[in-house]
Amino acid sequence: MGIEESAPPFLLGTVEGLLGWARSGSLWPATFGLACCAIEMMATGTPRFDIARIGQEVFRGSPRQADLMIVAGRVSNKMAPIVRQVYDQMPEPKWVLAMGVCASSGGMFNNYAIVPGVDHIVPVDIYLPGCPPRPEMLINALLELHTQIQNTPLGANRREIAAAAEAAALKATPTSDMMGLLR
Amino acid sequence: MTAEDTFHAMGAFTDDPEAAEYTAYGSDWSEIADEATRLAQQRIVVNMGPQHPSTHGVLRVMLEIEGETVTETRAGIGYLHTGIEKNMEFRTWTQGVTFCTRMDYVASMSQEAVYCLAVEKLLGITDDVPERANVLRVLMLELTRIGSHLVAVGTGGNELGATTVMTEAFVGREDTFRIIEMISGLRTNNAYIRPGGVVVDAPAGTVEYIRKLIPQIRERLDHLVDLQLENPIFKLRLKNVANLNLAGAMALGITGPMLRSAGLPYDVRKAEPYCGYETYDFQIPTSTDADAYSRVVLRLEECYESLKIVAQCADRLEQLEGQPVMVADKKIAWPAQLALGPDGQGNSLDHIRHIMGESMEALIHHFKLVTEGFKVPAGQVYTAIEGPKGLLGCHLVSDGGTKPWRAHFRDPGFNNLQSLGILTEGGQIADVVVSIATIDMVLGGVDR
Amino acid sequence: MTDDVTVPPTAPDGREPLTLINVREGMFGAPGDISGYDGLVRRIEMPGATDRPYGDWFDGVVDILEELLGDRAEQAIEYVVVDRGELTLYIAREHLLEVAQHLRDDQDLRFEMCLGVSGVHYPAETGRELHAVYPMQSITHNRRLRLEVAVSDADPHIPSIVSVYPMNNWHERETWDFFGIIFDGHPSLARIEMPDDWVGHPQRKDYPLGGIPVEFKGAEVPSPDTRRQYR
Repeated sequence: MGIEESAPPFLLGTVEGLLGWARSGSLWPATFGLACCAIEMMATGTPRFDIARIGQEVFRGSPRQADLMIVAGRVSNKMAPIVRQVYDQMPEPKWVLAMGVCASSGGMFNNYAIVPGVDHIVPVDIYLPGCPPRPEMLINALLELHTQIQNTPLGANRREIAAAAEAAALKATPTSDMMGLLR
Repeated sequence: MTAEDTFHAMGAFTDDPEAAEYTAYGSDWSEIADEATRLAQQRIVVNMGPQHPSTHGVLRVMLEIEGETVTETRAGIGYLHTGIEKNMEFRTWTQGVTFCTRMDYVASMSQEAVYCLAVEKLLGITDDVPERANVLRVLMLELTRIGSHLVAVGTGGNELGATTVMTEAFVGREDTFRIIEMISGLRTNNAYIRPGGVVVDAPAGTVEYIRKLIPQIRERLDHLVDLQLENPIFKLRLKNVANLNLAGAMALGITGPMLRSAGLPYDVRKAEPYCGYETYDFQIPTSTDADAYSRVVLRLEECYESLKIVAQCADRLEQLEGQPVMVADKKIAWPAQLALGPDGQGNSLDHIRHIMGESMEALIHHFKLVTEGFKVPAGQVYTAIEGPKGLLGCHLVSDGGTKPWRAHFRDPGFNNLQSLGILTEGGQIADVVVSIATIDMVLGGVDR
Repeated sequence: MTDDVTVPPTAPDGREPLTLINVREGMFGAPGDISGYDGLVRRIEMPGATDRPYGDWFDGVVDILEELLGDRAEQAIEYVVVDRGELTLYIAREHLLEVAQHLRDDQDLRFEMCLGVSGVHYPAETGRELHAVYPMQSITHNRRLRLEVAVSDADPHIPSIVSVYPMNNWHERETWDFFGIIFDGHPSLARIEMPDDWVGHPQRKDYPLGGIPVEFKGAEVPSPDTRRQYR
């Protein structure tokens, strides 16, 4: 594919760092504001909080020009196919931030109309709880995502880490079987 | 005959005024004529889908166009349907506030207010709500109104391509949020207005803070007026666009700034006052132009009027210092008191000392009200308030229990969006964006 | 015992029977109730028909309406309820369009705005389960009343008043979507909030809330409509 697939390990570290820095430096979000979180997302773009300082004030209307899909708000069953379609239209590399509890887990709406978490539809990289999360919380999540992108492994490293993560997930106890823990 | 010469059907050869005229270059004449006829009859349907930067939310608009002119418009909604009304049937009356507040998320406390007014009407305690609680409610409602109008004007400008309008509007909105956050603890979706009053009193220093911020908000509004209203491009795009005269508005049941721009000064705050609105001094801006431009002007003027009311609220808060903010009946009043703790949140230690050490009744009331909730006698009511977008109504049916039997909200955006066809058909595609912005609906309220 | 309580009783001395909202059995509405309150049976009814005089401006409006309806007034207006300062007229569905026309056109009534249709489902009131509530607002006279039409689950048809109040278009579509009330004469009665191919009418009482159980560490809490809660 590219240098990241075939590079020898000692070179890969530098490539990862360089590529991570380039990718996280100026993530362009796609406009995917749905509900209350969308208003807080818009407020994050305005002068008081200003995500232009991390390079992200250009919300792209077209998903084909976007890197990051911030699913801001509750996803109804009618909207679900459209979420998937917009995600599919984004070119690689792409990331998804589930903003708010409705996008992360269905939120307070446990009913027939809302998809209980947008990770049922698209793979999510960062979950941001809050109802709605304050703009400062959104900026925190974005900076966390930047760190994650900066440290993304490539090539052989990536395959190793992905396999390890999958093995750990298969061995893990499901939540309702974790007895005796309150936190 | 040069290459520039074109072949026309001469007028003398046809008396039919409907006959189409085609210009042909080379190729078989009949083939070209057939294709031209077919293309002229083809309907082009453009879908401004649910995900679109200019549809003000998840609204789907299906436009049938002919060139740049829109011949038919259909709006598809329901992409944000959350089942809030059905959810409320499984939550207590007080918990219902947290649900209804998320319908129109731009002006969340309007829904809280109409719902709580309906619950209080069912309980029969409308007159027992303390005056200070009413003043706080009016303060919150007017700040929410300013916030909602600023979003309407700001996102309208953004959708036209003028991002500065949006940044100006949202910075003004941040000032209203500073006041709201100081009093209720949250910027939006507050659950502050609850049946019986408001949940927590304004902290010390609120009145000075409000008085300090009012001139700042007014300055932002002045900026918006200077930026937009005399701008020639703004006028070209908004004047005489999205016209809806009074007859059309009455037929479609339009309320709010859209109705007032058509000339009828109908405002529920003046017609059927609630929360003490009859004691405040404010005007109802009206216009007769009934176009998008006049609606923007009206919304900004309403913001100035709301600031007047906010100033009057601040004066009254000063006079009513120390008054209760919840109804006196301990079997209804929300018991929990909150205070700022070391971690930024938490229960008031005074309140905990009172219920644990001093009063058994207070402990029982606290427990029963939080777990079970109060019971409301069976019956149904309908209350309406003047939300920022129009007449916001709440139909509430009680079955005598702790949870509503049915809660239905008449959202003004849902009603006003029916006029999208009239506003856009016959106009240009670019005017569709202006029309949607001028209706000022919020899809959360439309879809509930 | 359960059979007895679901049939609405005929009221004594020929008055209209009350709308039965619900019959609640037990205290917590869920199985496994060992509190001793599981044998509790409570009938909840709406406030009943009011006798004349109704008070306020209500008498005048009902008089004018009865005059305009003439000899059909008896069948059209089933009964009148005045409760919490609000006037509710229960209208038979055959006469709904005529009543709406009079309410809008007569200058002393002049209810220009119909504030939508709100559906309510009372499964316990056999024969009259689905109610459609129309709040009417008069801007000229600054007052509000409510029309209520009751139909049964077996025959959920109500004439559409869109020809008189065009603003009701989407509201009637929404009520069809959520309750299954078919509005005869509506220009395009289609689903509006739910996806077009949705099966069922979500806000009916026999439609589940549809939530999923919530997973906690070491426990699982069922969704709000199936778990124990005070009623």
